[in-house]
Amino acid sequence: MSFSIKKQGDIVVVDVEGQLIVGNRQELKQKVLDELEKGEKKFLIDFSQTGYIDSSGLGVLVSLSKKIREQGGELRLANLNDDLKTLFELTKLDTLFQIADTRERALESF
Amino acid sequence: MTDIRSRGEDAAPLGELRIALEVSIPSDVRYIERVVEIVRSQCMAVLFAPRHCALNVPVALSEALSNAILYGNGEDPGKHVRVRAQVDDEQLVLEVADEGTGFDLEEETNDPTQLENIEREDGRGLFLMQQLMDRVERFDDHGNVIRLTLKRGA
Repeated sequence: MSFSIKKQGDIVVVDVEGQLIVGNRQELKQKVLDELEKGEKKFLIDFSQTGYIDSSGLGVLVSLSKKIREQGGELRLANLNDDLKTLFELTKLDTLFQIADTRERALESF
Repeated sequence: MTDIRSRGEDAAPLGELRIALEVSIPSDVRYIERVVEIVRSQCMAVLFAPRHCALNVPVALSEALSNAILYGNGEDPGKHVRVRAQVDDEQLVLEVADEGTGFDLEEETNDPTQLENIEREDGRGLFLMQQLMDRVERFDDHGNVIRLTLKRGA
């Protein structure tokens, strides 16, 4: 499991490869916060290569969303498969995040 | 993985297949993913629904393990978490035991979907276990045990 970060225009794109769980959530948090500190404002987290997410993983996404908003930035999520969508629906986090079906749509939505 | 049903008339009847396993890990969250993978592969072996193997089992077990490691054992490297899994054609029963004193399942379960909780970083673990499993029980047996039951279903 790992996270890769790249810039696409002025958008920071993070790919979550594998699981987003209690064992690696801090790594994702720190990587995004580092970019936020550098002055980046637009963030897209892509889950096309993600297995499952646990409650700590969801918690980190909530926390990042708040921190990015506090800095005047925006966070989008993309490519949740049906199982991950169910997880967001069960927790009603689908109402908190802006979720796009594809990476392209998410990039266009900024 | 070989599909047991695809082997034709010579295939062993699934109803007779029972898997039981026990895993013990130190109180370290880095072990969670490996244990989940072991249990998930057993569910796949008895042809549980793909959604159960990809979502219900991994997330609920991951929650039970992190609770046991972080809260039950306080990440004490000298304490262990024991996982028992029994799978057959009807259901999966998981027991996750730690060395802690236990907790009140009902009292500790919040509703994270309430407006005042939606932006909280924590408080979704027990709720998710209950949403994703058919039954969640807690009892004491020389330590604190959480038992998760998932019916095979469709």
